[in-house]
Amino acid sequence: MSQQDQKDHQGQQQPEPLPVHTTTIQKVRIMMKEELETTNRPDNTAFTQQRLPAWQPMLSAGIVIPGFVLIGLAFIGIGVALFITSQNITVLEKDYTGVETTSDCYKCSNPSDKNCTCKLEFSLSTLFEGPVFFYYGLSNYFQSQRSYGASKDEYQLSGDLDYFKTPISACSPYQYDANQNPIVPCGSLANSMFNDTFKLYQIVNGTKKLVPFDGKGIAWWTDYNIKYRNPSVTPLKNAFNGTVKPSFWSKPAYELDTSDPSNNGFVNQDFLVWMRRAALPDFRKLYRRITEGDYARGLPAGNYSLEIAYNYPVLSFGGRKKVVFSNVSWMGGKNQFLGIAYLVVGSLCVVMSMVMLIVYAKFKFPEDD
Amino acid sequence: MGSLLSRLGLECGRKAVKEEERHLRANDRELNLSYKYSDNAIKTSKYNIFTFLPLNLFEQFQRLANAYFLFLLCLQSIPEVSSLPWYTTVVPLVLVLSMTMAKDGSDDMNRHRCDKQVNNRQVEVLVEGELQSEKWMDVQVGDIVKLENNQFVTADLLLLSSSEPLNLVYIETAELDGETNLKVKQALTVTGKLEDSVEKLANFNGEVRCEPPNNRLDKFTGTLTLKGETYSLDNERILLRGCTLRNTQWCFGLVIFGGPDTKLMQNCGRTTFKRTSIDRLMNVLVLSIFGFLMIMCLILAIGNGIWEYQEGSKFAAFLPKGVNAPFSAFLTFWSYVIILNTVVPISLYVSVEIIRLGNSFYINWDRKMYYPKNDTPAEARTTTLNEELGQIKYIFSDKTGTLTQNVMTFNKCSINGKAYGELLDFSGQRVEINEKTEKVDFSWNNLADPKFCFHDNSLVEVVREGNPEVQAFFRLLSLCHTVMPEEKKEGELYYQAQSPDEGALVTAARNFGFVFRSRTPESITVVEMGELVTYELLAVLDFNNVRKRMSVIVRSPEGKLTLYCKGADTIIFERLNPSCSNLTEVTTLHLNEFAGEGLRTLALAYKDIDPEYMEDWKLRHHVANTAMDEREEKLDALYEEIEKGLLLLGSTAVEDKLQDGVPQTIEQLSKADIKIWVLTGDKQETAENIGYSCNMLREEMNEVFIVSANTSEEVRKELQTARRKMTPDGTEEPTVKKSRSGLFCLQKTETVADEPVNGEYAMVINGHSLAFALEKDMEIELLRTACMCQTVICCRVTPLQKAQVVELVKKYKQAVTLAIGDGANDVSMIKAAHIGVGISGQEGMQAVLSSDYSFAQFRYLQRLLLVHGRWSYLRMCKFLRYFFYKNFTFTFVHFWYGFFCGFSAQTVFDEWFITLFNLVYTALPVLSLSLFDQDVNDWWSFQYPQLYTPGQLNQYFSKRAFVYTVLHSGYSSLVLFFIPWAAMYDTVRDDGKEIVDYQSFALLAQTCLLIAVSIQLGLDTHYWTAMNQFFLWGSLSVYFAVIFTMYSNGMFLTLTSSFPFIGTARNSLNQPNVWLTMLLTSVLCVLPVVAYRFLRILLWPTINDKVRYKVRQDKVLPPTPRRVQARRTSTRRSGYAFSHAQGYGDLVTSGKFLRRTPKSRPALFSQTDSPLAQTQPQFYRTISEREEPPLSP
Repeated sequence: MSQQDQKDHQGQQQPEPLPVHTTTIQKVRIMMKEELETTNRPDNTAFTQQRLPAWQPMLSAGIVIPGFVLIGLAFIGIGVALFITSQNITVLEKDYTGVETTSDCYKCSNPSDKNCTCKLEFSLSTLFEGPVFFYYGLSNYFQSQRSYGASKDEYQLSGDLDYFKTPISACSPYQYDANQNPIVPCGSLANSMFNDTFKLYQIVNGTKKLVPFDGKGIAWWTDYNIKYRNPSVTPLKNAFNGTVKPSFWSKPAYELDTSDPSNNGFVNQDFLVWMRRAALPDFRKLYRRITEGDYARGLPAGNYSLEIAYNYPVLSFGGRKKVVFSNVSWMGGKNQFLGIAYLVVGSLCVVMSMVMLIVYAKFKFPEDD
Repeated sequence: MGSLLSRLGLECGRKAVKEEERHLRANDRELNLSYKYSDNAIKTSKYNIFTFLPLNLFEQFQRLANAYFLFLLCLQSIPEVSSLPWYTTVVPLVLVLSMTMAKDGSDDMNRHRCDKQVNNRQVEVLVEGELQSEKWMDVQVGDIVKLENNQFVTADLLLLSSSEPLNLVYIETAELDGETNLKVKQALTVTGKLEDSVEKLANFNGEVRCEPPNNRLDKFTGTLTLKGETYSLDNERILLRGCTLRNTQWCFGLVIFGGPDTKLMQNCGRTTFKRTSIDRLMNVLVLSIFGFLMIMCLILAIGNGIWEYQEGSKFAAFLPKGVNAPFSAFLTFWSYVIILNTVVPISLYVSVEIIRLGNSFYINWDRKMYYPKNDTPAEARTTTLNEELGQIKYIFSDKTGTLTQNVMTFNKCSINGKAYGELLDFSGQRVEINEKTEKVDFSWNNLADPKFCFHDNSLVEVVREGNPEVQAFFRLLSLCHTVMPEEKKEGELYYQAQSPDEGALVTAARNFGFVFRSRTPESITVVEMGELVTYELLAVLDFNNVRKRMSVIVRSPEGKLTLYCKGADTIIFERLNPSCSNLTEVTTLHLNEFAGEGLRTLALAYKDIDPEYMEDWKLRHHVANTAMDEREEKLDALYEEIEKGLLLLGSTAVEDKLQDGVPQTIEQLSKADIKIWVLTGDKQETAENIGYSCNMLREEMNEVFIVSANTSEEVRKELQTARRKMTPDGTEEPTVKKSRSGLFCLQKTETVADEPVNGEYAMVINGHSLAFALEKDMEIELLRTACMCQTVICCRVTPLQKAQVVELVKKYKQAVTLAIGDGANDVSMIKAAHIGVGISGQEGMQAVLSSDYSFAQFRYLQRLLLVHGRWSYLRMCKFLRYFFYKNFTFTFVHFWYGFFCGFSAQTVFDEWFITLFNLVYTALPVLSLSLFDQDVNDWWSFQYPQLYTPGQLNQYFSKRAFVYTVLHSGYSSLVLFFIPWAAMYDTVRDDGKEIVDYQSFALLAQTCLLIAVSIQLGLDTHYWTAMNQFFLWGSLSVYFAVIFTMYSNGMFLTLTSSFPFIGTARNSLNQPNVWLTMLLTSVLCVLPVVAYRFLRILLWPTINDKVRYKVRQDKVLPPTPRRVQARRTSTRRSGYAFSHAQGYGDLVTSGKFLRRTPKSRPALFSQTDSPLAQTQPQFYRTISEREEPPLSP
């Protein structure tokens, strides 16, 4: 940029010619007067005179065309990396809603049937590389619904005992039960907690070998340590005196995990995972990790049987339930889209740069005015 | 100003009972107080401490935007509807309200201070027989006050007596009507007798009955009853508040109207509030946005209804309420109204105001529009019209004082066939005369005017040698005129001339040794080459429009009778003695030469008269002068008879000095496709002359049409003939495009299309024809013809006609107009035009006071328009386009999310992000864009005035551009929602935990949005100053700082329910796929725009692109050659140079002005050393000396 030249053109304004007078005395007097009276003269600063130095970029061919090529190439590179990474991720997804009559879970799909269990069998031909993550997935399930998401009491969930007695009204109609007892945890989000349970067995020589699940640390650290806290009352049960469990729950909050006392109340890992509501109507949530014992390297090839305690009704609103086994990479779980999108955008950029080059060659910028 | 006026309106409106008649008695406070007239305190302030808050809030909520936000706030308080917490609305609303409140408050403080200052001014009041100094506010109706020289008039007073003879006072009315000339008021003789005797005044008990307070400045009716006799009172007896006493030692007055009842305060009517076309467009857009908003909400509400019906009801086990679908849809509708309100953001209006204010400051600060000679910077008096400056299509300019300096200088002359005033060098070449050229030394003449400049020494030499023709020439100039001399001190002469031309001629004679010293009705005293000579003045044959000449008949001390005559050359030449034919030829050549240079010429002639003939003529003159019928005709015939057989002396050439740079400015503006019409009260010849000298009329033009017919039919015919000549194959009927505009399309507009013309034409139309042409049935004809011409000059127009012309163009051209002028007669046009510009520092202040912009020189207009206007327009349009883009994108993302959250009015973004997006994250970058951006700098703007044309065509922001913006943001919002959606769908973090939870998704979506709109801003910025960089990067960093703070443990623990997003930033922003998604969305949002713009620049470059390319190529153009003004040798010549209608002849001979001894009165005009006082036409009235007869006993 021709900053130098610019400055020259914008240089300081020549003072207006003074009127010339014949009598010297008068001239001097008038000039003195003018010097005194230039109090209104605006300041001469780059800011007030709008002469701030500036970088004035322009969409010139020298920048745009190579820029497109570079971006295109970079995107193609990233796209290839993403695509290959994504390809290497193994995902096993099984629907167990029980819609098809052939499915073992068909028998459980009737909501009146309580404590129903069903089985889902599958086999792996190769090693499912670990660490393997086990998810449950729900479809057409609107955790993103506004009043659903808002129906919880942050204060109650952070262990404030005042809110145990009087939960906030956003929880309504899961604020109080029919007898005006406060519900803890209140609200539809907590009430609708997913309550199917799973057990995975590897069929080794006809016998079922339980695959150990690791349910620790599946929720966010911040949720577990800061956002959700139990009231500092021991035993925890006492804090819940005078309150009732959510109507949908089979057990009160302080008995969610009988095996591990520290995994109860509001810091129960499954509860935390559920409470982190999903943004989209189709979602999956982490249920367990498979990281222990013989399965630390992953699920070996063989036949597996998943035992499902089918409690959660979804068919009434056209929902679907599924289980997902997956491993992850540096870029997270399997998602083909990002890689493909990068490849497509990258190629489009390169194509576009060709088009622009041709146009540029044909219609060079007009030199004339 | 507007607010001040409206407040006054408020004050006036409060008066419950309308006053029928005012009745008061001097020195009788008790009686006067019983009428409860307002005292003299004024109150222009709006609030006091207690009323400030409620009143101000009430006013603010009258604004649509604020009221809308209040409505939203109410909606938000309904829990079923509230989709956003209260603070999303309250924070911006409070911010906006408090900013406005602070501004209003400080304004009102100033007004309080002003009021206090005015109310506390001291004046001497006669209380109980003694003069006491009192505050203005304590003055009551019926009090007698004493005013001294240069004091402001305290209230509307009835003048009682004054120090001056004949009970005269002189007042200046600049504050009232903008005229700086002094006006004379005269007290009744009966009250004049009171003089300054306190005793008499204290016993004065006259009763006044008069009209109730009103706003007519020029009218007053009332009666004074004194000692049983009634005298009529009129405007001549009244001193109005706002005037200043001048040249009068003291005067006494009776207070008639005080404070708010004074005519000054009553006159502060509500002025029309000007809005820019962008404002109007914005109103339409905002309205259609509201419609659009409603449609979006309706779609989403219907969606919600269907969803509730199909899904929600079945989902009942998990959802709080099993609501019925239509009711849910109804609630959702309002919930979405709240969420999507960002399409019409409150901050838009605040930002628009800030941008305009900033750009107004640039105008005030511009040193290149500062005029050092009278220390006047340019001033943006309105801060709401800036961008309109970039869209001007028509300029209506006054002539005197605007294009010209209203200073006449004696420049050249031709005496006895020899031309003087040119400077020739040794080779006989003309020398350009400029500031440095050596001037003629007049020191030999101690009565010479030091300000007079002349460059040709030869003339002084001949006059001093005693050349008889040259001496006769100057003797004529010193005798034949109606100038009034004023000699304050011995040898210090000041001339009061009715027209500046005359003043220039008499001053010239003075410097060349023929000093007009004094006059009486019967004589003229002249110092001729140092010798005092008194001529007996026998007759003044005064100037008028038909005669176009004036003569005097004088008798020299030797007893020789001579008639001296000066006048338009054509008129004089007809009356010359045949013996002068040779001289006439030579003089004609000179006259042509002078006229070609744009000088105003006069021919001078004289004739010796036989004493006997004179006796006879004088007798007949007397008879004619006293004739009862046909006096004018008889006198004219007599004049005609004696002004015959004249002997030519020569001719003078007076320059009506143009202001600096006027022709260049006009050339620049016409290159920018701005049409300039000159509307002047001057004569046709003068106007034409100026038209030529400032290059608006050119010799090479195909034709200059002159419309000066006297009947309606003739005017129509002349207009039609002109039009047919310009477009022989044009249509007879005008192409009128009818359309509707405005809010709800209520306004019907008719636009007369521009018609193509071959060649350059100009039109000159006089006021008489204009009056016919402006009639309803002919106005379109006038407009069509005028708009085909390059130049239109309307001469002899009245102020009202000026406004009518502006209105006409406004009405049928739908173009932005600007009116520029300096005098009170331009006020109507300045107010009528979209933008009014006042030339400050000249005739009064009236034009400036009613203008929107003011500066000292016409040439600054090009900087105002081509630089400031263009930039303001560009910036405003960029701002609006970007602002709508940013907010629509923001809002549309919510729309798409509706399909994924059961249309439940769930926001995509964090509520704090919604609150702060417009106020913090994107406010400053876009402000810096719209305060600093320039496409090319001012130098290049001047090089290519064509850069101005896009503004005239509304190219940068129009409905079309708005639709493009909406489409663009539609695309961006699709990218910004669906790319994160697809990229995150069914995937997890690298530790297997979920990533598509609502909070992470919100963070991702809002970050993508912010980055994308920031990059878009970068693309729109052409001029990256440090501020732009700082604000853009600063805002992004602030965003990240804010989210990390808001999502921190500490914030959650302090305010649990307000900051539920704890940990989201930490947990999400360490994921590579989150960043990769952001990169992808940014690139997808931006690259298509880059590609489109790049290709557009290549394929369809605009003038801006071309110039920017040129700037970039660094090809500094050679300075464009100044158009050398060709010396014209035309036959066109100016006529008689007087710019007034009728001379002073009567006054001079009647001697009504000369009765006073010079001693008793100081200078009649205090500012005689400024050229103004000499050039200003003064209007006097006949002052009667008779005692007024009582009306009735």
